[in-house]
Amino acid sequence: MRFLNPIKISYKNLMAARFRSFLTILGVIIGVASVIIIMSIGLSAQELILDQVKGIGSNLIGVLPGASDEDGPPAAAMGIVNTSFTYDDLLALKNSRNVPEVDDGAGYVLGTITITWNEISKNTHFTGTTASYMNVENAEMAEGRFFDSEEEMNLSRVAVLGNKLVKDIFGEENAIGQRVKINEDNFTVIGIFKDRGSAAFGSSGQDDSVFIPLKTAQKIILGINHLGFARLKVKSPDLIESAIANAKITLRQRHNIDNPANDDFSVRDQAAALEMIGQITDVLRYFLLAVGTISLIVGGVGIMNIMLIAVGQRIREVGLRKSLGAKNREIMSQFLAESVFVSLLGGIIGIILGISISFLASVIIQYLGYSWKFLISFQSIIVAVLVSIFIGIIFGLYPARKASRVSPMEALRYE
Amino acid sequence: MFLNLFIFMSDLIQVKNLCKTYGEGESATKAVCGANFSIQKGEFVAIMGPSGSGKSTLMQMLGFLDRPSEGEYFFEGKDILHFSDDELAKIRNEKVGFIFQSFNLLPRTTVSENVELPLLYDEKRLSQEENEKKVLEALKSVSMEHRAEYSPNQLSGGEKQRVSIARALINNPAIIFADEPTGNLDSKSGIQVMEILDDLNEEGHTIILVTHETQTAQYAKRIISMKDGQIISDVNVENRIKLKDGDTLK
Repeated sequence: MRFLNPIKISYKNLMAARFRSFLTILGVIIGVASVIIIMSIGLSAQELILDQVKGIGSNLIGVLPGASDEDGPPAAAMGIVNTSFTYDDLLALKNSRNVPEVDDGAGYVLGTITITWNEISKNTHFTGTTASYMNVENAEMAEGRFFDSEEEMNLSRVAVLGNKLVKDIFGEENAIGQRVKINEDNFTVIGIFKDRGSAAFGSSGQDDSVFIPLKTAQKIILGINHLGFARLKVKSPDLIESAIANAKITLRQRHNIDNPANDDFSVRDQAAALEMIGQITDVLRYFLLAVGTISLIVGGVGIMNIMLIAVGQRIREVGLRKSLGAKNREIMSQFLAESVFVSLLGGIIGIILGISISFLASVIIQYLGYSWKFLISFQSIIVAVLVSIFIGIIFGLYPARKASRVSPMEALRYE
Repeated sequence: MFLNLFIFMSDLIQVKNLCKTYGEGESATKAVCGANFSIQKGEFVAIMGPSGSGKSTLMQMLGFLDRPSEGEYFFEGKDILHFSDDELAKIRNEKVGFIFQSFNLLPRTTVSENVELPLLYDEKRLSQEENEKKVLEALKSVSMEHRAEYSPNQLSGGEKQRVSIARALINNPAIIFADEPTGNLDSKSGIQVMEILDDLNEEGHTIILVTHETQTAQYAKRIISMKDGQIISDVNVENRIKLKDGDTLK
């Protein structure tokens, strides 16, 4: 009762001026809700990226032609063609005498082609890769089969298609065994991939892509001898660092490089790429968090304002309570409890609103086809509650002190 | 000698040369000056005077709501001039009950919550059940128990004042201060309120009444008259006129 009394009093005072109270706590509501939303969406986005990295294997390292420093993008990403990285390099990297940590490896060349079947024509990208692709990328077939190492080497004209691409070209018809035209050459469709999710990070959009054997792509489609890049599957994630080191030594030997500063290749793991993405999303999150914080401060000023008005309006009440034996600190704690109550109420409404909006956002994002998870961090709720209490105390302190210092005699005379 | 000591000990209030000055320097005004008197337990004293005579200021000093600028004030033999704010609050809570002209009931709270208010600041911290029991007793003593769950603005003026008397009584105070208790009431309700105060005095409560109405002051057994901050007379009432229902007060 003693503890509940100030809450009861402030509840009654709030209810007496509902609309004004609502406006007062709106600032806190918006601030807390935005903090919750930012935390929730940030968490879900991270989880999404993490999931997709896990999907293609967190024990993968990438080997790209061209030097790059640790943080910047590789040269290949800037459109610079580098022909120094070859299929023989990949074989050397897969050799357990050179890099014992490596379990398997796949080489890649990328490009765009036109695929035609029965007058239906579509421009899309293609991947020329090794038969080891299935093992390295943990890919799964929906129908048919992937090409084997023999087909990879003997210029076989076979193609494996992404699920979405099959639907676009063949509709409901069975694609397996059909002959399609890729640019000017005829290929036989031998397999269809299982759906992998449309935003698959790092797997270059497997769902709407054409996969053909590496040699076929190099000689027939592109007319080149080098590799675009390679991915190595390491036996376990904790071996990644030593695998990277050994891969670098192997390539330096093969390319006759004495000084690591002259490397004409880069070897990196997924963590490095993740870190870069993390940095970008972190900046965005801190910015939004700052906006939320400003809103909370504005909300706090609103509470201070309403509490000062309350002190002025209720000065006779203060006088009366003092005449009945209320001590200064009891008056102070009453007004402080009221401001904390108001602020906390705003915080709780804000949390509910924030969770609702995050949930709504997740439903919409899921509807758009992303494997988005609805995640609320428990921490953000605790933080939101603590911050609202803190704001109630900070911005309630001055009005509460003012109320407690009123002389009972003057307060009772006040008209 | 023994008798003197006895008399001194039984003084509930003793003030010596009590003064209250507002402002400083040339603009300083003396609201009350040179008040000397003592009040025994069980007395019914009216402080009378026109507005601006300093009677309210005197009452506020006696009721620990304001500190005197000069002089001495002994309450139950203790010099209260050097009491801290918290100690004064404790005395107000335990020893004093106030009845105001404008009732000072909290809106948006029930009658019983209003009456309970002093108990919330009581250091003894009784249980909820004990509080409720005391509230009911206090309301019964002013015949207001049937309005316990009403809101103050549903009550008539006389009922409001009876509720505030119940509030003043709840901590069983040594002294009750009534500041123009009939000022906002019609004459019939005024008489009812004064009768309650008279009954309380009969039961042994010390009452200090502040009023500018001669008729109301007649309920008291002793009248201290003030003018321009000075006490001009301090007399015992010999023929107390008791008005009953139906008589007019003013």
